[in-house]
Amino acid sequence: MSNTLHVPTMAEFVAKGEKPEILFWVGCAGSFDDRAKKITKAFVQILNKANVSFAVLGSEEGCTGDPAKRAGNEFLFQMQAMTNIEVLDGYEVQRIVTHCPHCFNTIANEYPLLGGNYEVMHHTKFLKTLMEEGRLKVEGGKFKGKRITFHDPCYLGRANGEYEAPRDLLKKLEVELVEMRRCKSNALCCGAGGAQMFKEAEPGNKEINIERTEEAAGTEAEIIATGCPFCNTMMTDGVKGIKREGDMQVLDIVEMIANAEDL
Amino acid sequence: MQFIPNILFIIALVAGVGFFIRNSKKIIRNIKLGKKVDVSNNKKQRWNNTIRIALGQSKMVVRPIPGILHIFVYVGFIIINIEMLEIVIDGVFGTHRVLSFMGGFYDVLIASFEILALLVIVGVALFWTRRNIVHIKRFVMKEMKGWPKLDANLILYIEFVLMVLFLLMNATDYQLQLKGAEGYHVAGKFPISGMIAPWFENMSISSLIIFERSAWWLHILGVLVFLNYLYYSKHLHIILAFPNVYYGSVDPKGKFPILESVKKEVEMMMDPNADPFAAPAEDQGEEDSKFGASDVMDLTQAQLLNAYTCTECGRCTSVCPANITGKKLSPRKIMMDTRDRLEEVGKNIDANNGEFKPDDKQLLDDYISREELWACTTCNACVEACPVSINPMSIIMSMRQYLVLEESAAPAELNVAMSNIENNQAPWPYNQMDRLNWRDEK
Repeated sequence: MSNTLHVPTMAEFVAKGEKPEILFWVGCAGSFDDRAKKITKAFVQILNKANVSFAVLGSEEGCTGDPAKRAGNEFLFQMQAMTNIEVLDGYEVQRIVTHCPHCFNTIANEYPLLGGNYEVMHHTKFLKTLMEEGRLKVEGGKFKGKRITFHDPCYLGRANGEYEAPRDLLKKLEVELVEMRRCKSNALCCGAGGAQMFKEAEPGNKEINIERTEEAAGTEAEIIATGCPFCNTMMTDGVKGIKREGDMQVLDIVEMIANAEDL
Repeated sequence: MQFIPNILFIIALVAGVGFFIRNSKKIIRNIKLGKKVDVSNNKKQRWNNTIRIALGQSKMVVRPIPGILHIFVYVGFIIINIEMLEIVIDGVFGTHRVLSFMGGFYDVLIASFEILALLVIVGVALFWTRRNIVHIKRFVMKEMKGWPKLDANLILYIEFVLMVLFLLMNATDYQLQLKGAEGYHVAGKFPISGMIAPWFENMSISSLIIFERSAWWLHILGVLVFLNYLYYSKHLHIILAFPNVYYGSVDPKGKFPILESVKKEVEMMMDPNADPFAAPAEDQGEEDSKFGASDVMDLTQAQLLNAYTCTECGRCTSVCPANITGKKLSPRKIMMDTRDRLEEVGKNIDANNGEFKPDDKQLLDDYISREELWACTTCNACVEACPVSINPMSIIMSMRQYLVLEESAAPAELNVAMSNIENNQAPWPYNQMDRLNWRDEK
């Protein structure tokens, strides 16, 4: 990570009288969580390398309201949504890319109900598009031949039917992709959704992330690939929980692409 | 005297169908206690879903073994109902095998009914084994004790008996045809009952007629009893699966509906021109005065239809991450509780001349506990798993909305996260001004 990152804000673009190709919606995890910030930076490295003209909202971005809505706080959700829509519309934003499936789902599916209409893409889908357009080259590099399993984020997979974009990218990385028994539409949740990330789980006999990490470990994969900062946290904790941090890694697909060629 | 059987038949038919219609009206009334839903959008997609998912059983075969067995029973049930047409005509007019004028086609029909009847028997027997001998986990969970277990087995017993009666009726009829008994003209092909017909070879014609008539009568009476059993049973899905799939969501699963009542308030708050001292508009009816759901009347008609449609197969619960890891939440129980409470409310209305008398009970706490509601990860696995497009998660969400918006009763940690969102625009206590700090961090 030697290169300096070039991360312009929307305000800076407007000051120059220009418009970026996309808005990169960083999300709360991507902005504040130490682990997720690495995903954010990896994504920016790729955007920089592919010469994508993008901007972030910076301090003008606010929580999409996803956890509030799933927790039942429709009021707070709508407040967040309407505030964000005002900002986005103020900048005449049309295309949004985010590496958080929760932000993606909320802006793509629920903001239109409150008047915010944008073309929203999860970063895996966007990267796939860049690849297809020849703007980004994805090659095996150091992941070539490595045994890797992909954990489907609920809000990318079941919630929005996107199962292939992340897998297509992994295939481009020439990894040995092994599926867990519960994958794609049958994938098991990591345990973080529905605002569970922000509370203790109810009494039970196991943590959901442990159940899922054990399943991933059962595939004998060296790396659990994900596409969600919350899944990433849960699976990383899970790997520690089953004491496999020595030989198992949890990486976002965009980190793999960035690391593959040692950006 | 010779018309007595016809008259008895007509009485049984009218009583059976009449009682069924009466109970169906109750179900419709109960469902209408819920809030109206708009299904005028995406008509094409809705019909498509109904044909693919309900009629075509596309989601049943996701699990191949029960899926294929279920198709045996399902196709058997639908096709053998064509035979019911003949039985009803014969019963009313005192004819015998009235459709046999179709000749070769009739032979094909009867032969296919027989093969399907055998497949139903095989399917039902294996279903019974899965429930009672193999003890497949989803059939023996907590919420399946008592009536739900008995209900499931009763359905299998009734279907088994009906099919056996159907085959016995055909076997004795065939034997009577062979013996050239009066009134039993040669009609139909009997690939299955033909094999058991030799058992009756040595019976006299008069005993054979008694046997055949008894099987015929018990079969049709059994069908009428079964029809009326539906109302009391989880087996209602054989009818309600179709409207339920039609009413099901056509949106991406991650798209949760907006609470319109909240939208009005938020819009007013965000509108700089709104008069903060304005009196609420007159037309704001009482119906929207409550946010979320604490009882069945607060749910939508689609959610209540979901509850009546659930056949307690437990596919939802078997994929629920909370349930798998030992939490109290079971999406199936959410549906069963909703129906139980709705039935209770319906009975209350019946007992009080068409009006609901408050009974100090509600769906929340008396049926569904808060612990169950807060265990959901909204992962949509239950929604994906349901073969008839039931959405248990939407009821959980409606009830969470009630807990948070009406009672401010979220778990303490969630209240912290929510006040962070409100004050700092993130669920953690970081300043919004620091959102771009990562850019310059090494």
